[in-house]
Amino acid sequence: MTIAETMPKPRRNVELLLLMLALSVSIGANALISVDEKTALDTDFWFQSSLLAVAALVFHVVLRFRAKYADPVILPIVVALNGLGLAMIHRLDAPGEDTGNNQLRWTLIAMAVAIAVIWFLKDHRVLRRFTYISLAVSALLLILPLVPGISAGEILGARVWIKLGPMTFQPGEVAKITLAIFFAGYLSSNRDLIMLAGRKIGPLQFPRFKDMGPMITAWLVSIGVLIFQRDLGSSVLFFGLFIVMIYVATSRISWVVIGLALILGGGFVASKVFSHVALRIDGWLNAFTEEVFGRSPGGSGQIVEGLFGMASGGLVGTGLGQGRPNLVPFANSDMIIASFGEELGLIGLFAIVLMYLLLFTRGFRAALGTRDAFGKLLACGLSFAVALQCFVVIGGVTRLIPLTGLTTPFLAAGGSSLLANWIIVGLLLMISHTARGPVDTTPLQPAGAPEAKKPGRAPAAGRPGRNATQTLPDAPTEAVKQL
Amino acid sequence: MNQAIRHSWIAAVAMFALIFGALSYVQVVGADELKANAWNKRAILQNYCNDRGAILVAGAPIAESVPGSETCKFQRTYTQPELYAGITGYFSKNYGVTGLERAMDGQLAGSSDQQFLDRIGQLFLGNQPKGASVELTIDPKIQKLAYDLIPDGQRGSIVVTDPKTGNILAMVSKPSYNPNLIATQDATKEQAAYNEIIKIPGVNLNQSVSGPTGALLAPGSVFKLVDTTAALDSGKYNADSQLPNPAEMSFPGIQYKLPNYAGGNCYTRNTAGFAFALQQSCNTPFARIALDLGENAIAEQAAKFGWGQELGDQLKVDYQKSSFPKNLDDAGLAQSAIGQRDVRATPLQIALMTSAIANGGVQMAPNLIKAVRSPDLRVLDEPKPAALRTSTTPEIASQITEWMTSVVSEGIGAGAAVPGVQVAGKTGTAELGTDGLNNSWFTGFAPANDPRVSVTIVMQGVDISTGAQLTSPNAKKIFEAVLNK
Repeated sequence: MTIAETMPKPRRNVELLLLMLALSVSIGANALISVDEKTALDTDFWFQSSLLAVAALVFHVVLRFRAKYADPVILPIVVALNGLGLAMIHRLDAPGEDTGNNQLRWTLIAMAVAIAVIWFLKDHRVLRRFTYISLAVSALLLILPLVPGISAGEILGARVWIKLGPMTFQPGEVAKITLAIFFAGYLSSNRDLIMLAGRKIGPLQFPRFKDMGPMITAWLVSIGVLIFQRDLGSSVLFFGLFIVMIYVATSRISWVVIGLALILGGGFVASKVFSHVALRIDGWLNAFTEEVFGRSPGGSGQIVEGLFGMASGGLVGTGLGQGRPNLVPFANSDMIIASFGEELGLIGLFAIVLMYLLLFTRGFRAALGTRDAFGKLLACGLSFAVALQCFVVIGGVTRLIPLTGLTTPFLAAGGSSLLANWIIVGLLLMISHTARGPVDTTPLQPAGAPEAKKPGRAPAAGRPGRNATQTLPDAPTEAVKQL
Repeated sequence: MNQAIRHSWIAAVAMFALIFGALSYVQVVGADELKANAWNKRAILQNYCNDRGAILVAGAPIAESVPGSETCKFQRTYTQPELYAGITGYFSKNYGVTGLERAMDGQLAGSSDQQFLDRIGQLFLGNQPKGASVELTIDPKIQKLAYDLIPDGQRGSIVVTDPKTGNILAMVSKPSYNPNLIATQDATKEQAAYNEIIKIPGVNLNQSVSGPTGALLAPGSVFKLVDTTAALDSGKYNADSQLPNPAEMSFPGIQYKLPNYAGGNCYTRNTAGFAFALQQSCNTPFARIALDLGENAIAEQAAKFGWGQELGDQLKVDYQKSSFPKNLDDAGLAQSAIGQRDVRATPLQIALMTSAIANGGVQMAPNLIKAVRSPDLRVLDEPKPAALRTSTTPEIASQITEWMTSVVSEGIGAGAAVPGVQVAGKTGTAELGTDGLNNSWFTGFAPANDPRVSVTIVMQGVDISTGAQLTSPNAKKIFEAVLNK
């Protein structure tokens, strides 16, 4: 691990500058659409634009106070993506529809929650205390959509929504965060044990069977989501998240091999046993056959219409508001990438995908920079989850892989997804704050910490002036880290 | 641990590399294929409301864009909808584009390569895009006459061409439909009309092509022209050959017997020359020729007349390829030689065969397009007559013309005779089953010594006498109309 010896710089002014750029892109896109729809720049437009700008600036100011060393690129990227999504959703609203304003409301709520996370949590390491609580919460969140009375029933073939008053909410989106916290907490505590024991077969060292417990748990969760909620996308996401985290915790490629074998095996069996999985795969492989194209539900009409839209966009796109993305079912949610491809062209889409690339790269950078294993695992897992989610969605839309029901982070219409992804942003910002900031030599506030209850087991507590890697109570030894 | 984080990042970047590849493929590399997909409605929606070029016949529009509603500036309208439906096709928002509307879409919409500079101009001057107009070779009087010659309720097709140029002068079929009903901007009416029209037998909106270029019918005795050509071409037969003409032919091992037509004069002779056999349309001489020459010789000659072949790139409308069966036993070959069994031909194919004989053995590419003109009347395209293939030698063509002339002057095609003009013709009656109904054909041209027009008529599902009334006498009316104007 290398830490620059120079004084850490907050770079908040850089963030402010980039934020202005992001806001001008978002608000500019919205203005184009507003002009195009002949409601040219009315009061609604100004009101919505100022709400977004104010929220972004408040976020920025909060970072100045609470996480002033946080990565300066993350917030502007997310604001730009969120703003572009708002503009596109607004553009896709048929007269009388109000998805755009609903998305703006959710954006503000999500940003407020992310701000609250940063403001009250102060330090991500606190979350480690909630390792097993997170597991329980994850289980609860995943079971909720199946509970009669709370469940919103089966919507579009999946049972992932719950009723919240007049709205519906997808608890699975939040579960990916709590699962990441659980995995990070569990693995950072037990990685030594998992790593040191095992049998070597060929070049791979395989874990002991009893250490595979968490792996089996994660697999069961994923398969459970697949079977009971019929949500192929989330199932892949949860399992991918876990594989990456256990790989990072142990540096053992064998986990990845086992994980991929399990997911391929599970996927194969699922495609044989469950019609919804088989339909997805059929709609992917045989998208251009008459029978599959016209089938409803489970046909390929959505994918094929999306492909037509993207093809008509070509290299430079039709221009915002000039295409016909409305021909694609779910143009503002599942297929929003196709809408962007049509109107902004390959160039615009490359810019958007590059923003995601930069976003998760900054997340990985925070994982490299932070000093505690928990923070590393959490940042890495969350960043990888964002990347994997983009891959699953965009790959599905472009027919690279079967289409699943995941949302495009920050762009797609949907409150739960926005909320969850903004919380991820909050967490990444906090982790990057510790990664980029001056070495924090004060121990974690011991109140309530498990270590504090047993003073003898907190070796590092209260001993300042040590090497950074050994400062934190839960930091593993450097020797292990180099494995 | 950091190494593993870097590896995870590389894995994530690798996934994104795949995404970049997939996006590039969909939006650029494979985009043309996706745009051309038949299910893709974007192209039509893109210019649905634009001012599309007119389709013209003798200077008058048969399809044109007229001012439409507030939301959709132009509406496609067909001025003589039923008469030209088989040629124009329709331009529908939800049911696609067919016929010339589809084949000439690039020019009509103004998006063809030839109109590139015009588009640039429109861009800078801010003019509404306007497509080129397409003028057809159709003669409106002949088209109308031919259409009216098919009684309402009767299924049939008529193709009239100029054998020397390949120009199509008239091409009609019944039943027809009104493309205006499907081209309406009112989606509800459009759907209702579509659901009604697809029920009409023979219109086949949901199939790619029907009518003169698409209906695959048993050609019956008009196919004997192929046998005759093959016989003369083989060198085994000449103009003076005497052909065996038994009343019926039997085949070893099966009950089936192939008879001569009972009502004609074939029974009067046990052997016949080509002239007599064609005049009376005797079956057994041609069955004997086919068995003598073999399946391949007949199939090859059929291909030289266009069976199973491409019909050139000036026809523009979709067509079905006619077919001659393979791997026939003797009975099958004998039946195929008289245009029964599994031989199939479109009315247009029969017209092309006759035109090739009329034109000294050279088959001209069928052509519907006279000129394509930009909105400022510049000529963008003006197809020249082009030879499609050589079907036979001038000598054989001339010999067959002589015999075909005698079919009209002395044989069973007498109804097509025009006073003062030598008419060459051949009739055909393909039995559809055992209920006495037939496809009744006439194909011929006039004047025989200097052909200016070929006429092919088929009436489907008629009894013998109705068929006789609706084919040769109608051909006569068309010959008169073309030659006397």
